[in-house]
Amino acid sequence: MLEVRSVSKHFGGAHVVSDVSLKVGKGGIVGLIGPNGAGKTTLFNLIAGTLKPSQGAIHLEGAEITREGAHRRLARGLGRTFQIPRPFAEMTLIENMLAAAQAQTGERLFANWVMPGRVAGEERANAEKAMAHLEFLGLARLAREPARVLSGGQRKLLELGRVLMADPRIILLDEPGAGVNPALLDAIIERVLEINRRGVTFLIIEHNMDLVARLCGHVFVLAAGRLLSEGMPEDVVRDPMVIDAYLGTGAA
Amino acid sequence: MLDILAYAAFFLVTALTYGIICLGLNVQWGQTGLFNVGVAGFVAIGAYTSALLTTPDAAGRFGGFGLPVWLGWIAAPLVAGAAAALIGAITLRLRADYLAITTFGIAIAIQLVALNAETLTGGPFGIGFIPRAFAGLEDQPVIFNLANLLLVGLVTALLYYGLERLTRSPWGRVLRAIREDETAAQSLGKNANLFRIQAFALGSAIMGLGGAIGAHFIGFIAPENYVSAMTFQVWAMLIIGGSGNNKGALLGAVLVWGLWSASGALLAAFVPAEYQARAAALQIVFIGVALAALLVFRPRGLLGEEKIVSRFLKD
Repeated sequence: MLEVRSVSKHFGGAHVVSDVSLKVGKGGIVGLIGPNGAGKTTLFNLIAGTLKPSQGAIHLEGAEITREGAHRRLARGLGRTFQIPRPFAEMTLIENMLAAAQAQTGERLFANWVMPGRVAGEERANAEKAMAHLEFLGLARLAREPARVLSGGQRKLLELGRVLMADPRIILLDEPGAGVNPALLDAIIERVLEINRRGVTFLIIEHNMDLVARLCGHVFVLAAGRLLSEGMPEDVVRDPMVIDAYLGTGAA
Repeated sequence: MLDILAYAAFFLVTALTYGIICLGLNVQWGQTGLFNVGVAGFVAIGAYTSALLTTPDAAGRFGGFGLPVWLGWIAAPLVAGAAAALIGAITLRLRADYLAITTFGIAIAIQLVALNAETLTGGPFGIGFIPRAFAGLEDQPVIFNLANLLLVGLVTALLYYGLERLTRSPWGRVLRAIREDETAAQSLGKNANLFRIQAFALGSAIMGLGGAIGAHFIGFIAPENYVSAMTFQVWAMLIIGGSGNNKGALLGAVLVWGLWSASGALLAAFVPAEYQARAAALQIVFIGVALAALLVFRPRGLLGEEKIVSRFLKD
């Protein structure tokens, strides 16, 4: 599904990601863990196209996407959320969702006058789809409110919803559990599992090991920009190298 | 009575000309968040383009092609829009503050070209004898002004209708998404640069049209009309009327132009002749005070952006 081959990223002299390779198989929920500053979010930004790697290649479903712009990745089926959610704050939830639909005729300037009927048809269909997703995420009653009223956890749900509008095949989630209250955390976990059952692959950055254990079948551990370990979550947390990386040498 | 009617029509034509320019700025700033501080430059491009195409042949100056007025009105937005697309392709990757500095510089450069390229622009003396719409009625000011008001009102209405459709379309929604968070918009598959260039070019084209309409109504243009004070006025109009709202852009234009004209008339009536020139600066002060007061009491302007903008979601 997704393959990262010997990818490195350095900013000047700082090697943030060094020679990382990993594979995410179709239909799985894969975790990416590691201490702060390990390079997890940078690796996400490389996969999502927000940053370009200094070396290495990234393949999505067999096609090389290493240097393709960030705005082309969702059309290829790769969606992402952000560590600190980035809703369109002054836009309503429903319009946040509609903005995420792909290949809209009405996004072409002149189509709005030349083929208004087609634009209208797509808008109605997308609005229906958006409401169904908001319903699924428990945000339907806020559909007509601006996104700035949402709590941190709700913003994470909205970001997930926006990505769903594009019918992605793989979703990158950056810390879905950070700063989310326990009740909402359960809601997020349930939704991720449900979306996964529908055939969507996940790659998830997370610090909360309980959440990782509940969601992920396989985890990669990143430390100081390098891949340190990988395996089942319960094995990885017992790996002395991983404990060292998290807690410092000697803690094990 | 007829004098008042003639003046009212004259006032409204000028105010609507500003309204058109303000609609252009609304596309750029209100919808897309592009900080264009070079409004006057694009207005000038439109005005000079149309003037060169439509004036009679002039000795010592390029052109005077004597083409019909309507052709000038079409060419002005095209040239202003093309210039903006070119400038946008180079500068729109800049962050908001740098874009502001760049557009400010570009507007000054355009004004200096107008001032110094005498063989093209007539230099400091400007271009006169710009053909006016309904020129045959010029000796009857009431009818002449009303006819122009009808024409400019019609153009404004058409433009307003067209822009409303765009604002409420998926295209307009992408602009707002980019304004709110460009990185997120990119991650959702939107080519932010392409949309920003489109919005910049469209907005500047509209400013160019406003410039042409103003030039043909007055019949004379000079470089001193297109200075930063004009940019400031148009910004004040948009912010007072309500950024992100096309109705607000038009309302702000009429109100601010009204304040400008009224304060000008009051100063002329009550300030002794020897202080007139210095007192003129108070006009800008009045607008500044109105702007500051409004931002305290209604930070989103008189008519702010609507909560739900997209069509088909209104009911």
